[in-house]
Amino acid sequence: MNPRRKKRLAATLAVLLGLGVAVGFVLFSMTQNIDLFYTPSEIINGKNETGVKPQIGQRLRIGGMVLPGSVKRDENSLKVRFDLFDQGPLVTIEYDGILPDLFREGQGIVANGVLTGPSTIKAHEVLAKHDEEYMPPDVAEAVGKVHPNGVGNKAEGQNGGAY
Amino acid sequence: MFKWLHPYAKSENLYRLSGKFLFWFGWLGFIGATVGTIWGLAFTPADYQQGDSFRIIYLHVPTAMMSMSGYLGMAIAAFIGTVWQQRHADMTVIAIAPVGAVYTFLALFTGAVWGKPTWGTYWVWDARLTSELILLFLYLGVIALYYAYEDRRSGARAAAILAMVGVINVPIIHYSVVWWNSLHQGATVTVFEKPKMDTSMLWPLLINIVAFGLLLGAFTLMRLRNDLLMKEGHRPWVKQVLEGKS
Repeated sequence: MNPRRKKRLAATLAVLLGLGVAVGFVLFSMTQNIDLFYTPSEIINGKNETGVKPQIGQRLRIGGMVLPGSVKRDENSLKVRFDLFDQGPLVTIEYDGILPDLFREGQGIVANGVLTGPSTIKAHEVLAKHDEEYMPPDVAEAVGKVHPNGVGNKAEGQNGGAY
Repeated sequence: MFKWLHPYAKSENLYRLSGKFLFWFGWLGFIGATVGTIWGLAFTPADYQQGDSFRIIYLHVPTAMMSMSGYLGMAIAAFIGTVWQQRHADMTVIAIAPVGAVYTFLALFTGAVWGKPTWGTYWVWDARLTSELILLFLYLGVIALYYAYEDRRSGARAAAILAMVGVINVPIIHYSVVWWNSLHQGATVTVFEKPKMDTSMLWPLLINIVAFGLLLGAFTLMRLRNDLLMKEGHRPWVKQVLEGKS
């Protein structure tokens, strides 16, 4: 390689390396701001690395699994309450609106709302999270993952046990 | 070391070689994408949870993966163009950019269409979606910079620098679902692990991934060959080529 090329190569690599390191630091320091949501145990105990707890009245997103058997619907309106869990603590979600099709007990969801008590959130948006596993219904049945009401049902809060 | 590559630094030879590649990339990609898409959309079983709406994965995953691979290819070309001042490498950068931008747009669009029925929203500012949107802006930035200068060589230098710097975004997109909590699910198909998808659904997806990659290559070669003819229009070999065809 001639010296001019060598110089260009060194300069280019140095710039790219420096930039990579800088971006790495920025992302590392913003880790908790980039997280889309808090998990229920993070609401109760604070974030893993920093111990930062959300304050009451703070707007936040929470992500967790819907506790089977905890979904309670209001008879006359769209109001619904349910508990979210991840590893231990429970957080109660209150929501007034239409739930996504994939909402069911045992399903992962992400809710957007305001923390109203130490472990209650009033949500104004509920999104369903799904995993990266795809399989036809008969295979799902064989591995015990299928939902009793089949594809695309609305969670009724009455079917338990088959998760 | 690069002796065997040197003949292809001549535009005429590059034009002829890329023509051979274009033939195979184009036809294999076209056939593969047709087979994979029809198989995926019509002949795979529905998902146990999402029903038929999961089928958009057959367009979403291939376009998303290839939008990132395309960017990587563009950055490598930009690197070669910057260090070795190879002008065909600069032409490759601008040949890939619009194709990659279209792939990125398709990935975002199919993702939004898929997100509405499953998640309940078209868009959410989570790490995966946001970083893929930045990828689209990077592609558009490369195109804009390239044409922003009167002198194409200065434009190519500026665009190459942006293309190289932006490559940092590619691993961020890939690992965004691992590093941070996100609404987007993890990767279904990875190189080292067993795919998390039933075999009956997997084949059309793999076929489509390869086919979309071949098509990305084919579109890029078409643009590169056009560019070669345009830039060297006054050369005798171009006249020969054009006369031979008409």
